[in-house]
Parts: sequence; C-alpha cells; structure tokens
Amino acid sequence: MLGRILALIVKELMGLWKDRKTRFVILIPPLVQVLVFAYAATYDVKNVPLGIWNEDGGAQAAELVRRFAGSPAFLPAALIESPAEARRALDSRRVAAVLHIPERFSADILARRPAAVQLLIDGRRSNTALLVNGYATTILADAAENLGVAQTPPIVLQVRDWFNPTLESQWFILPGLVAVLSLLMAMLVSALSLARERELGTFEQLLVTPLQPFEILVGKAVPGMVVGFINANIVVLAALFWFRVPLQGSLPLLESMLLLYMVTGGAIGLVISSLTATQQQAMLGVFVIASPMVVLSGYAAPVANMPAAAEIVGRLDPIRWMLVITRGIFLQDMAPALVLQTAVPIALVGFLVFLLAWVAVRRALR
Amino acid sequence: MIAWLRMRGLVGKEIRQILRDPSAILIAFLLPVVLLVVNGFGISLDAGHMRVAVVAAAPEEVVRGLIQSLAASPYLDPRRMPDVRTAEAALADGSVLGILVLREDFIQRLQNSHRWPAQAQLIAKGTDPNSARILEGYVGGALTTWAEDRGTERRTLLPGGISLQFRYWFNPALRSADAIVPGVIALVMTMTGTLLTALVVAREWERGTMESMLASPATMVEIVTAKLGTYFVLGMASMAMSILLSILLFDLPFRGGLLPLTAAGALFLLFTLGLGLFISTLARNQFVAAQIAFITTMLPCMMLSGMLFDIASMPHWLQIVTFAVPARYLVSILQTLALAGNVWAVLLPNLLCLAMAAVVAIGATLAVTRRRLD
Repeated sequence: MLGRILALIVKELMGLWKDRKTRFVILIPPLVQVLVFAYAATYDVKNVPLGIWNEDGGAQAAELVRRFAGSPAFLPAALIESPAEARRALDSRRVAAVLHIPERFSADILARRPAAVQLLIDGRRSNTALLVNGYATTILADAAENLGVAQTPPIVLQVRDWFNPTLESQWFILPGLVAVLSLLMAMLVSALSLARERELGTFEQLLVTPLQPFEILVGKAVPGMVVGFINANIVVLAALFWFRVPLQGSLPLLESMLLLYMVTGGAIGLVISSLTATQQQAMLGVFVIASPMVVLSGYAAPVANMPAAAEIVGRLDPIRWMLVITRGIFLQDMAPALVLQTAVPIALVGFLVFLLAWVAVRRALR
Repeated sequence: MIAWLRMRGLVGKEIRQILRDPSAILIAFLLPVVLLVVNGFGISLDAGHMRVAVVAAAPEEVVRGLIQSLAASPYLDPRRMPDVRTAEAALADGSVLGILVLREDFIQRLQNSHRWPAQAQLIAKGTDPNSARILEGYVGGALTTWAEDRGTERRTLLPGGISLQFRYWFNPALRSADAIVPGVIALVMTMTGTLLTALVVAREWERGTMESMLASPATMVEIVTAKLGTYFVLGMASMAMSILLSILLFDLPFRGGLLPLTAAGALFLLFTLGLGLFISTLARNQFVAAQIAFITTMLPCMMLSGMLFDIASMPHWLQIVTFAVPARYLVSILQTLALAGNVWAVLLPNLLCLAMAAVVAIGATLAVTRRRLD
C-alpha cells in the first residue's frame, strides 16, 4: 500500500515540476508576496503630506511649524492661507491633514492664556487619521514643554511593548504570512488535483488502477502539502535572514506545527476538489473558502475587532490558530504545552475535513 | 473589420457557454457577495473590546472606580488580576492584550499635586503593533478621564497649555468601514474581472477550442471584442450589485454622481478583463492563469492600492510600483465618490490613468494573441 501511495505522490509531484510555467508559479509568487507584503503592509505612518495654515507671524507659531515639519511622520506639502484653500487641498488629496494655527496663538502663549491649534484630517483613510492624531498630540506636548507652558499632567503612562519593543510591523506581518501563504498554496494545489483528472477524463484511469480511495486521497493531498510546506519555509527563511525577524522559540516545534497544518490545508483542498467537476469550479471554491478564512483569521485586522458572530465562526478557522502559533513561536517563545493546546483545533478540523473528503471520494467511486 | 453577423454568433456562443457552466455566473454574483460580506464585516480597524489586565496596589474602592472608568470606554475590557505574575502569564497566552500596573505610591502621588505626575505603567503585547498602539491611546485617555472625574485635574492653577482640536473631514466618526468598503468594491471588481476572463479563456486554450475558433472565419479582433463585450456586461452587473450591497449592508454614504462612478467602473473593468485575456493567452493553463491572476491583481489591489495601507508610508521604490497598479486609481476614485463627492480634481487624473491602463491591457492582448497564432 505504501508503495502504491508513494508512486502516486511521485507522479503528482513530477506533474507539477515538469511544466516550466507551473514550476514558476509555485516558487516565484511566494517570493513576490513576501517582498510586497513585508514592505507595503505597514500600519506605521510616515511622510503624511501636511498643509500648513499659519495665520500667526509669531516666533512661537514658527517653532510649532518647525516641529511638525521636522517630524518623520509629516511632510510639509502646501502652504495654505484660507479656509477655501484648506478645503481644496484636502478634497483633492494634495494633503492628508492641515495644521491650522490661529492668529492669537503666539500672543496667547506669551500671555500664558490657553492656546489652541487645530488639525483638519482627511477621514477617508481612517487608520492613518487615527495615527496622525497620536503623532500630532505627541509633537504638541513636546512643543508645549519647550515653550514653557506645559502643565504637569496628573498621570503619565509609561508604555513598554513586550515581544516587539519598537513595534515593527514586519515582525507582525511575516510570521502571519508563513501561515496564510502556505495554506493557500496547499489548498490550491490539492483542490486542482482531483478536479484536473476529472476534467481531462483521467480520473477513470485512476479508478481502474489498484489504488484504494484512501490511497488516492493521500496521494493527492501530499503534493499540496509539500508545495505548501516549501512555501512556508521560503517565507520563514526570508523573515529570518532578509528581514531579521527574531526567532525566539524553537524551529523544530515550528516546523512540526507547519506539517500538521499542511495536512489540514491539503484536506480542505481535497474536499473542494472532490465536490467540483472542473478546475474552474475548484479554483472558485478555493477563492470562496479561502477569502473568508484569511479575513476571519485576524491576519489583517485583529479578531477582537470583529462582530461576535464572525469571531465565533472564526474559531473553526485553522489559519486563526496557526497565526497564534507562528507569531507566538517567532516573537514570544511560546511554551510548547501552549502551542500544542492551540494546535488542537487545527488537528480536529483537519481530521474532520479529511473524513469528509474520504466520504466524498468513495461516493464518487460508485 | 468587424462583421456583425459573425459578432452576433460569437456573442451568442459566449452567452450560451456562460449559461451552461454556471461558474462564470457564480464568479460574477456569488463571489462579490462573499467578498463584500466577509471583508466588510471582518476587516475592522476600529478597535473594540481589548482585554486589559489591571494590577493595582491601591485601596479597594479606588481600584473599583478605576476599573469602572476603564470599562466605560467602549474599547476596553478591564479585568482585575492579583499580581503582575498572573497578569504576565495571561499576556503570554493571549488572554489579555496589555497590563496596567499601578504601584504603591501611585495614589499618594496622585492626591498631592506637588508630586505629580503619578506614574502608571502599561505593558502592551507588541506582537500586534497596531493594536498595541491603539491600546496605549485608549488606556491613556481612560486614565485621564478617571483623574478628571476624581477632581484631581486642576487646570486653573496652572498657566496656559496648548490644546489640540481634531476635525476629521468626510468621516467625522472615523468609521473604518467607510474607508475600507470602497476598497473592497475595488477588490471585488478586480477579482471578478480578471477571473472571469483569465479562467474562461485559459480553459479554451487548455481544451483546444481556442484553436478551432481561430480557424473559423472570425478575426482576432472579433473574437476578443465578443469575449470582452459579453463579460463586460456581466462585470458591470456585478459591480452594480456590489455597490448596492455596500450601501444597504454597510450604510456606505454615497455622495458622488453616477456618471463618474459608471465611467470609473467601465474603464477599470475593461482593464481587468483585458488583463485576464492577456494572462490566459500567455498561460494557456488554468492553474498557471489563476496563480498569475492572483499575483498580478488581487494582491496588488489589497496591498498596494491604498485600501488598507497608506501609500505615502511605503518605501520609495514601492511607491513608484503603485503607479502601475490601476486599483490604486479606482480606490482613490471610489473613496472620494463615497465620502467626499464629485471632486473633479481627484476624479479626472485618476480616470485618465484608468483609461490608459485599459488601452494598454487590451492592446497587449491583441498583440500577444496575434503573435501566438504564427
């Protein structure tokens, strides 16, 4: 039995490797994705184009403008002189925020009266707007201290960020990508495997071989797992050596969890494959199943922000648990017992899905 | 160059093909619903219910008051913990996102304004940097409110100070859905447009039916026009549905006009359909076509269009790359139409870029197909 499964696996892998274009799309996309994701996916905000509307000729106002201009968060992009101009600049997206310093600002500071400045922010990009708010508050607090008008606040909050002291976005994105990319590839390759045989009519040939349904399933799932596993490791390597994400936990633990996870991914692909008649339907199935899985996993936006119903459905999602594991092992040296406990849902879902695929293929055989 | 009788035949063939295998209809109408519902509800950058542990060495009623203040924030879910060690374990296993620590002298210093500021510590879980930053903001805000309620804020005793007022234009409540849903519409259109043609035509190549079509008297231009035209109608219907859905489901305000919307949608669709044809002609294999479609359309649309991540914050070389991502222009148009209105200063240049993209994609398809024939 092992020999037969092995033969099928070798045949499948050769089928993938032999075609130059297929080889290309199995190996190059992960590399492109790593680059694009790691560099693009930053929630940090830099160089926000800032309009400066300074109605005050005083030195204190000039000092404030200097501070905003000197901050890496902002990039002065326009000088503004009227409300209409401010509106035009924001409307046309020439600036993402306008700093408005009213006429009396310097006078107020000198007279030790409460002074006020205004920041108009483009709310079309809500996350940027939120962060701009934070940066501006900090710059202003520093400026107030420097101008000698700072109040002693009753409370200061000292913040320490554990596991990622400088809050690097890449440390968050790349371990996540290990989980997302590998599962997508495993699902896609195994989903297309049976569907392709059906579409091309070679499924019947497979059925007249001595292979049992179980053996066909395993043989069809393994190539997807192998491709997914290779992809996962491409990302792991890039994360470690190119982006210098620290690996606090144990690599063998990470790799064994990835293997388990790939079994689940391959099984999901098989179910899709056994329920579809053509490659096109299979691919559609992958897109329809995978996009909710990625979104609900908390890859892009935290699980805690989701509506309760989405959060509960998301508990069935293997990516969600794998994200906890990859981020945990990479950044916080997660305890092995805790890792295993987190992996239970992944294994359970994988097992159930594999059973489902088995039933579906057996039915197709009759 | 175009014979109308043959065109009618070709279009009829495309329509029959769509009706026979429902997957094109599913791509056009099921996929958008799934993508919109899932992304619209699932991707929320508005934080909510961040669990934070509170470890405070202070009298019971003070701690209770503090916890109430924290809980009053819609974003925080405080829970008291007896000591830092318990809280640290909870942080490690993910059951809390942060720990607020108040040491013994905190209350004494808070009560005596000469010893201000009293120091509170927040340990945030940095594995999710965005949440950590947002948590910091909300905990800081809740602490200030709490101090004010306790009457410890004595603004009048102190001189001046600078206050900062914020006004968010177009989206005063800063609902992230309002910013993201236009992006999701762009994503839906990208995927349906490209998948429709990439998969359908790759299948014709894979099965060899493309060759038989080319052997017929129909010219290349006619074949491409018939395919584009048919799927264009399907794609526009799909876009109309997506926009209706986002208005109904997510209360997306729509402040712009129908004309720029239709123009942007049509141009973008021509681009994605053209790109799909181009990919499938090069790939001639459904798996390869799907992968390339994924890499060249869906991924850039999510990551490089400005839908989720700010383009100005990206490295310079990547910012230049984004100019080659037509979704960028569409997202900009849709966000403006949805939240701001007909701002022609934004719409015109972006529409122009979309038109260029469409011309390039369709031109490339015609060129490649002709060469492939020889």
